[in-house]
Amino acid sequence: MADAALHPARPEAASAFRSPVTEPLGFRVFAIGVTVLLMALFLLLPLAAVFVEAFRFGLDKYLEVFKNPDAIGAIKLTLLVAAIAVPCNLIFGIAAAWSIAKYRFPGRAFLISLIDLPFSVSPVVAGLVYILLLGSNSAIGSWLLQDFGIRVIFAVPGVVLATIFVTFPFIARELIPLMEDQGNGDEEAAISLGASGWQAFWYVTLPNVKWALLYGVLLCNARAMGEFGAVAVLSGKLRGETVTMPLQVELFYNEYMTVAAFSLASVLAGLALVTLVVKSWLEWRYADQLATGARTH
Amino acid sequence: MELSIRNVQKEFGGFNALHEVSLDIRSGELIALLGPSGSGKTTLLRLIAGLDFPSSGQIFFGEEDASRKSVSERNVGFVFQHYALFRHMTVADNVAFGLKIRPAATRPTRAEIKRRALELLDLVQLSGLAHRYPSQLSGGQRQRVALARALAIEPRVLLLDEPFGALDAQVRRELRRWLREIHDATGHTTVFVTHDQEEALELADRVVVMSQGRIEQVGTADQVYDNPVSPFVYGFIGDSSTLPVRVEQGDVWFEDRSIGLRAPHVPDGEATLYFRPHDVELLDGCGGCIAGTAGVSRRVAGTKRVELAIGGAGHRVEIELPVDHPAATRSRIAFRPRRWKLFPARELAAAPATPLPEPVAA
Repeated sequence: MADAALHPARPEAASAFRSPVTEPLGFRVFAIGVTVLLMALFLLLPLAAVFVEAFRFGLDKYLEVFKNPDAIGAIKLTLLVAAIAVPCNLIFGIAAAWSIAKYRFPGRAFLISLIDLPFSVSPVVAGLVYILLLGSNSAIGSWLLQDFGIRVIFAVPGVVLATIFVTFPFIARELIPLMEDQGNGDEEAAISLGASGWQAFWYVTLPNVKWALLYGVLLCNARAMGEFGAVAVLSGKLRGETVTMPLQVELFYNEYMTVAAFSLASVLAGLALVTLVVKSWLEWRYADQLATGARTH
Repeated sequence: MELSIRNVQKEFGGFNALHEVSLDIRSGELIALLGPSGSGKTTLLRLIAGLDFPSSGQIFFGEEDASRKSVSERNVGFVFQHYALFRHMTVADNVAFGLKIRPAATRPTRAEIKRRALELLDLVQLSGLAHRYPSQLSGGQRQRVALARALAIEPRVLLLDEPFGALDAQVRRELRRWLREIHDATGHTTVFVTHDQEEALELADRVVVMSQGRIEQVGTADQVYDNPVSPFVYGFIGDSSTLPVRVEQGDVWFEDRSIGLRAPHVPDGEATLYFRPHDVELLDGCGGCIAGTAGVSRRVAGTKRVELAIGGAGHRVEIELPVDHPAATRSRIAFRPRRWKLFPARELAAAPATPLPEPVAA
């Protein structure tokens, strides 16, 4: 309406000075409005709801969940799993990015696609495949169980395995384009100055990618703590033993312990918010040293 | 340090980047490897450095066969085209890097490293910028840091890959003079790669002209300019004009007329005449000369370049005239090259017909 009223008044101004790639004011207002509305509806509202539900009966009720042994067990397990999965993927990510960015070998392109597999495959499918491969009925699973007494499926190792699988691509994905972009030049320079391969890596390669690495670790950690699907399949949901925070939230909820469920969920949501803030800060401060345009400091 | 490259060959996946290249470099010499892109000059430099290894042949550092030694064992200072400065280190740390990473046994003390870094920054005239980061420097300054960093390890040989390629023309000229001064002061045997003939001719003691993985000629600036040994060198270095001619009993003929040049030692047959556009003598009458119809003329600095259409086929050659020369306004011009060279036609088959110097990235 406002648009219709404005346009007849200043028709020349509107048509004469509009940038060729922009749309009329009405359309812009509409597009921005739809975006904001949908974001609020689908992202902000649920997030707010988590905290509202969690604090519905006051702070005391909210804090009660942190005395529940199941919840404490879930938090501990989640921290443990992240503490194992993130370093594993850190090492894998650096190794994969290094080999893909610095070497040319047959199957390289295939490997790049393969790294994305955990993104494209449903986590539930991944979980089921691991059960098939490592369950007590399988060759590997029974060998591990009988000869070493290690139970993988429906035990902590399974949860760790599932988490590693799901968070596989995060660090590698972040490093590969950056390292490809930076090329071998700096390493060659270091080696021509007498550095060993290890020194070149430690003093030159790693500092060159440190912010991208941190960025990747952050995303990897957030996903490791929040993963539900694959972990749900592999954990067997043994209370206090193989239940991580997201699983515990579901258990609480199914048992009508709504406040407990939302309180625990609020911790996860808080983690997500912190991740988001740090991520935005990294993007703002070190944008040039993340995945794009790394040539100019 | 003397360098000797003996029959070096380099293949990259079936493609021969260097064919049987041999070159001797004297101690303390400043050598330019000059050629168009794809001529193998950077490959040769990287082989000398040990950043690549030859498919066959040997590279001697003095008396010692360095062919199979690593970069660090060869102890060369390498300056990369795009500087390759460590962006997370200050200028001083960049320069000190080569000393800091040495094993404890050979590493100088911290104070000594710092002193040497500052001394080198002084040498490259960047003393005030020790605590800056590479991103805070101009291109020319970065190149100087890269040079100081390479000099810090006290290399036996200094190798520079297109050292001024990424800089604009004025900075390039300045750095050229400055590199010459550094070379004279430090006395390092220095090899640099360039596609800029002006840079090579002005700076180097000797120029190595390369084309298609081969060395065409090695010589001083005067030698390669005044006495090119191949059509490629004639065409690549300086301006040149060509004319297809015929040699008969020591006389040079263009189409049906003798052009008044004697070539008693050249065998009879088809040949190509090479001459410099500025090195011609204008004639009034035409008894034994090259005559043509003046076409487009261009003003280049203090001279005028006139394109002449010669003979029945209208073969185009360029000559250079003083701007105020009366001939510049004439429609028909007769001339004879003062200095020239004939290359038998079959030699041309091996070389590109009109080798163009590649455009300079400014």
